[in-house]
Amino acid sequence: MNQILVKIRDLHFSRGERKIFDGLSLDIPRSGITAIMGPSGTGKTTLLKLIAGQLRPEQGSIEVDGENVHRLKTRELFELRKRMGMLFQTGALLTDLSVFENVAYPLREHTRLDEAMLRHLVLLKLNAVGLRGAAQLMPSQLSGGMARRVALARAIALDPMMIMYDEPFTGQDPISMGVLVSLIKELNDALDICSIVVSHDVPETLSIANQVHIISAGRLVESGTPEQLGNSQSEWTHQFIHGDADGPVPFHYPAKPLLEDLFQAGRA
Amino acid sequence: MTSRKIEILVGLFVAGAIAAFFMLAMKVSNMSSYSGGESYSLTANFDNIGGLKVRSPVSAGGVTIGRVSDIQYNSETYEAVIRMDIDAQYNRFPVDTAASILTSGLLGEQYVGLEPGAEEDYLKDGDVIDLTQSALVLEQIIGQFLYSQGDKKE
Amino acid sequence: MIDRLANLGATTLAAFERLGRASVFLLVVLASCTSLLRRPSLLVKQLYSVGVQTLIIVIVAGLFVGMVMALQSYYGLVDFGAEDSVGVMVVLSLLRELGPVVTALLFAGRAGSALTAEIGLMKATEQLSGMEMMAVNPMQRVMAPRFLAGVISMPLLATIFSAVGVLGAYLVAVQMLGLDYGPFWSQPQAKVDLYDDLYNGIIKSLVFGVVAAWIAVFEGYDCVPTSEGLGQATTRTVVYSSLAVLFLDFILTALMFSK
Repeated sequence: MNQILVKIRDLHFSRGERKIFDGLSLDIPRSGITAIMGPSGTGKTTLLKLIAGQLRPEQGSIEVDGENVHRLKTRELFELRKRMGMLFQTGALLTDLSVFENVAYPLREHTRLDEAMLRHLVLLKLNAVGLRGAAQLMPSQLSGGMARRVALARAIALDPMMIMYDEPFTGQDPISMGVLVSLIKELNDALDICSIVVSHDVPETLSIANQVHIISAGRLVESGTPEQLGNSQSEWTHQFIHGDADGPVPFHYPAKPLLEDLFQAGRA
Repeated sequence: MTSRKIEILVGLFVAGAIAAFFMLAMKVSNMSSYSGGESYSLTANFDNIGGLKVRSPVSAGGVTIGRVSDIQYNSETYEAVIRMDIDAQYNRFPVDTAASILTSGLLGEQYVGLEPGAEEDYLKDGDVIDLTQSALVLEQIIGQFLYSQGDKKE
Repeated sequence: MIDRLANLGATTLAAFERLGRASVFLLVVLASCTSLLRRPSLLVKQLYSVGVQTLIIVIVAGLFVGMVMALQSYYGLVDFGAEDSVGVMVVLSLLRELGPVVTALLFAGRAGSALTAEIGLMKATEQLSGMEMMAVNPMQRVMAPRFLAGVISMPLLATIFSAVGVLGAYLVAVQMLGLDYGPFWSQPQAKVDLYDDLYNGIIKSLVFGVVAAWIAVFEGYDCVPTSEGLGQATTRTVVYSSLAVLFLDFILTALMFSK
């Protein structure tokens, strides 16, 4: 079996005038946690949407499990998506359905399980994320972290071969962050699937990732294990990993010298 | 809200709309004149039908007994040809029945009035009414009136 | 000067581009409607939130419109001694114009804006993307039932509006103003035609239903997924559907009642 699940080659994509990817190439293995990191606005979420076939690249190809995502017909793409799970930043739970129904939704759509079997499965999935007790709550009654866990239960409902996490740690308190970190790790090990984590929360991501890719300005900056990146020679990587205020990415937004600006303002 | 409750409410909504439709159709429109069922048709020729229209009422003694179903112009005889559908239960009009075009009220709609004659035979489906009187056209009446006034003075 | 011209050109092009997207969207939604045959429960649910929840406002508005119409036509006709024609006047106005048009305007304000806001919010909270990722087509599961519910609800609502309006007119004309109830009912029966008036009114409201539901669902689907974009989309739904309904009403009236 091929060890590479997602194969990105020479990817180009832009939003309006802004170039987001400029010849990006990446391989993501079939098992283990792969982290894709980079500063805000580098298009990490866009990359996930490209992999899922929700956006089309201008140039280059993305293969998932040997199939070129953007050459597939809608029906085939939907078949492929049944084997993918995605965890959105907001959770993306359907607000008019209860937690139980949200997790049951993909099962109801794609399988013909009887009600008892369905209930069994949904409760097992909810149990895996520790929210079996919340089954009858509505999404509006959940905290952000709980909503993400429910979404995670929903993402694993169809037993996918890969799960994509879009900024799973953003805006979480330390406890729910810790819960999510260990959940991602546990689920990945238990199900032996491919997990792609997109994030800019460095310590949390590095603590669970097997492989890390850092992208910036539409290109791959550096790849390696968390240890390798921690000892990276690149100044840029060093600044990103350690969160230094100044470095290759300057503290100041490009501007003319301060004195000149002040002087002008005084005269105006 | 359970889906059962929603289904019931939607059912009520649709039933209410159907009820509203039938109320409108029965109470305030001429559906009854369509559902009359059996009818027979008569034809009459007029010099002038005024403002008569298809589906204008046909009445005898003030009772609506049918409707105008067709209006044509015969360019050979220079007459308007009216076909009327008369309710089958009113099938005892003598052959010398007269048809005239009348107006209901001062500004009302025009209708065909039937005045029964005295013959023994009755009109049958497809028969022609020979005795007709055209609509009164206001301009012609005023014209005649002025003309007769002029005559008197001389 | 050249800049202004370029602006005008750009605006025109953008408008046509949007119209094109909306047309493609309509075709896709129409094609997706067939999937509802297998899932009628989705449609029933939307008939509830689009139709039943608009019913109250339609009934109240219909009652008052009918009552006001009766009062006004009474004041107008009594000078000519023609107050017996109040019934036929109210019924004709309701069936031909006010029923379909006022219902469509109320629909745009009540159900259309709610549809846009709901779909826009689903887009903003990534629920639509989430469905796509679950290999569920939001066109079939979200857009088509809402669109079809709007199309079906509109003639039903308009019929109820007209019927309630006639009852309101009856209350005012017969119970309040003391007109004879005989001519109130018999004059319409003589002058209102089942096909020309009642059916044409229903066809009108069906057309309005397609347009209003189309605009509402498209604006939600096409909105900028921010709170500001959502507000603008909701406003556009109400404005565009109202204008479209009034414009189409003129066209349809010219076509239907030209004889």
